[in-house]
Amino acid sequence: MPGDATSTCWSCGTMRAEHFCSACGKVQPPVPVDYFTFFGLRRKLNVDVAGLEREFYQFSRKLHPDLYSGAEAREQQWSLEQSSQLNDAYRTLKDPIKRTEYLLRLEGVELEEQSKSATEQARASGQVKKQVVPPDLLEEVFDLNMQLEELRMQKKLGEDDPSLIEEIGRQKLELEEKHEALLEELKRDWTEWDYAVDSGSEEERRKIRDKMVDVLNRRNYLRNLVRDVNEVLESGS
Amino acid sequence: MANERIVGIDLGTTNSLVAFMQGETPVVIPGEDGLNLVPSVVALGENDQVIVGSAARKYLIDTPERAVYSIKRLMGRGVEDIQEELKLFPFRLADDLEAGEVLRIKLGDKSYTPPEISALILRQLKRNAERFFGGPVTKAVITVPAYFNDAQRQATKDAGRIAGLEVLRLVNEPTAASLAYGLDKKKQGIVAVYDLGGGTFDISILKLHDGIFEVIATNGDTHLGGDDIDNLLITIALDDIRGDMGLDLGRSGEAVQTIRKAVIEAKIALSAQDATTLDIELPGGKRYQREITREQFERLIDPPDIPQASILQRTVGPCKQALKDARLKPEQIDEVVLVGGSTRIPKVRALVQHLFKRTPHTDLNPDEVVALGAAVQANILGGGSEATKEMLLLDVTPLSLGIEVAGGVTDKIILRNSTIPASATQFYTTQVDGQANVAIHVLQGERELAKDCRSLARFDLKGVPPMTAGMPRIEVRFLIDANGILHVSAREQRSGKEAEIEVQPSYGLTDEQVEGMLLESFDYAEEDFRQRQVIEARNEAETIVTALGKGRGSPAWAQLKPEEQRRIAKLEKSLNVVKQGEDYQAIRKAIDDLNQATTHLAELMMDSAVATALKGKTMEQADLGEGPAAPHPVAKADFE
Repeated sequence: MPGDATSTCWSCGTMRAEHFCSACGKVQPPVPVDYFTFFGLRRKLNVDVAGLEREFYQFSRKLHPDLYSGAEAREQQWSLEQSSQLNDAYRTLKDPIKRTEYLLRLEGVELEEQSKSATEQARASGQVKKQVVPPDLLEEVFDLNMQLEELRMQKKLGEDDPSLIEEIGRQKLELEEKHEALLEELKRDWTEWDYAVDSGSEEERRKIRDKMVDVLNRRNYLRNLVRDVNEVLESGS
Repeated sequence: MANERIVGIDLGTTNSLVAFMQGETPVVIPGEDGLNLVPSVVALGENDQVIVGSAARKYLIDTPERAVYSIKRLMGRGVEDIQEELKLFPFRLADDLEAGEVLRIKLGDKSYTPPEISALILRQLKRNAERFFGGPVTKAVITVPAYFNDAQRQATKDAGRIAGLEVLRLVNEPTAASLAYGLDKKKQGIVAVYDLGGGTFDISILKLHDGIFEVIATNGDTHLGGDDIDNLLITIALDDIRGDMGLDLGRSGEAVQTIRKAVIEAKIALSAQDATTLDIELPGGKRYQREITREQFERLIDPPDIPQASILQRTVGPCKQALKDARLKPEQIDEVVLVGGSTRIPKVRALVQHLFKRTPHTDLNPDEVVALGAAVQANILGGGSEATKEMLLLDVTPLSLGIEVAGGVTDKIILRNSTIPASATQFYTTQVDGQANVAIHVLQGERELAKDCRSLARFDLKGVPPMTAGMPRIEVRFLIDANGILHVSAREQRSGKEAEIEVQPSYGLTDEQVEGMLLESFDYAEEDFRQRQVIEARNEAETIVTALGKGRGSPAWAQLKPEEQRRIAKLEKSLNVVKQGEDYQAIRKAIDDLNQATTHLAELMMDSAVATALKGKTMEQADLGEGPAAPHPVAKADFE
């Protein structure tokens, strides 16, 4: 582990505790670690993003391949791997949703695949898409799907019902608001999670974890729904 | 490291440049003609010698079948995606092209791949730099459009290798421009670079922070630029000529190139004037004349009633997408920088101003700024200097990387605008008991279906240990390096065995092919060297013959014995004969002989005191100050 101060620099032999040697500055062979560990962070969800950016810039100044252009081949390779790890980690951790999903995966959760590609894939292979409608949205979604179907038909026939379009547009706006609200809900869960990491029991952590999975699933569901709506609205007749 | 010369090269659609960091300032290295821009035109001369740049331009008109321009449009592309290009550009594909083969373009009766033609341009730039430094140049940073895909980048890198250059980095053009732009000022904030060149359009949005140039989003169109404007004008002229004069010149390469030259001049003129006249002499002596006003020109490139036909509006979509990806509103952009010759067009400037609600910067020469930025990056890679000490470029991949999954769907594994280097890991398994190979199809693009994305390569994982179906766990790592080029490695986790990967690039040359071209280019080098020797020897012969002519007119001539005069005349005659030939060694020998024979004459031509001092001097040297000095078009360095 890079945080492990028992390793020594391959180049100058000094004890080191980073991705690069604190004494001679040289890049070290990469060690596969999770993204939190890479930045020396605990697996908590409230992250100081400005601080993370500063760290990212500082690491970049030590690890980027530009700095090893004239170095020997293995150093170039290490710098390439280290900086890709750095970039992957930063990209994931700076984004609230990606960060949460990543942490949940680390905690052993298989997030439901609700991406569009999964939908297409399911359609193409004739499988039923694994997609659970969140119970609190059931009724609304049913109505909306009916209206979308109607609009699709109308468009096929070259007809245009402005009141239907307006109604669908209104519902879309509502869905988007719900989608936004779920992010706020997720952020409240983060604080609970971070607290549980320090002092909670295994069971408490599992409870919060499952809560977050539920929020993310609902959020993904809404996002896909909004996308479907947009597709129908924007499609030509 | 410090004394290593790493040059920065802008390999453009229309013009190419080479630059380097002189002390703390990047400067462009001029060619022999003293000009900074080397037109990206390659021609074959009468003896199939390669001609690059300004000198090759006249071949476009005289012998269009022996010249090629805008080759950048074909880099990294297949036959099926250049059909539009073929309608508008006089590219002549080799007749014996086979499906799946890399494109080859006919030049005279030879054929070359686009990377080879680009390599010829690069070699010219390399030579210009070598002449300038008086020593070899083997390392370079080359710029590419930010929106270039993997195949186009790989093709550019191959071109470098073929030209004998180690390409230390491919840098995105708008990013390079921002480096040049941000060099002397301690810039902070959000910068948008709008780059409309000869054949490509890029928009990049960067965040500048304490010397870090972080690209946040990029977008573009690799087939949109000044070329397209020229083609619109050419079409109008051809229509006019057909309508008014009943002449169909569309098939005449020569006439089209004459028209092309004229419309480019008109286009340039219209950036400064309100109107200009096209005045073209057509084959058969007829003239085509037409006045074009700026207003007409603007309606042509940006028709208000048909936005889908507007070249200018085609740049708007990518700009909006880049802003969206960066999660920024136009008001949040602090500065806008214009790059590329086409941004000289007032209408383009107005569009950019409207889009970003900012007056764009135009203080740097839009033709040179990319090369200057490449020189800055070359300096950074070479260990840096005081000027570049704190500078670091963090660029992104312009297109999402995906793999084809069941149902022909693209599963995106590295999203566009991810900072590079970037990586992703995927796990694969087998479907059949004992299956030893697993095929992976890698794609690039934003579309959902694999068939709508760009196929990068098919990887065949070989030597999977025989196991029950679904048991192997093959970890495949996709890594995009700092050049934006993909690398793939694979390992079977249960056995820990590195899986062997066989790559079939969908477009592009294999390593062996590049290697083969490399050797060929050595042959060229040999040929070029010989050509150069012949030219130099001829020039020298010219000098001595001229000097001898003067000698004959001097009183000293009469002092020579008749047999001396006869001997000189004989040697002069034989020199005049051999200098018509291609054997430079024979020319040199004839020069030496004539020099020997005229030593006495040279001495007599001086007054006696000087003659004593000049004892042993030759005719050539005795011609003090007058006549052409022995020209050495290329420095006689002993590299290459």
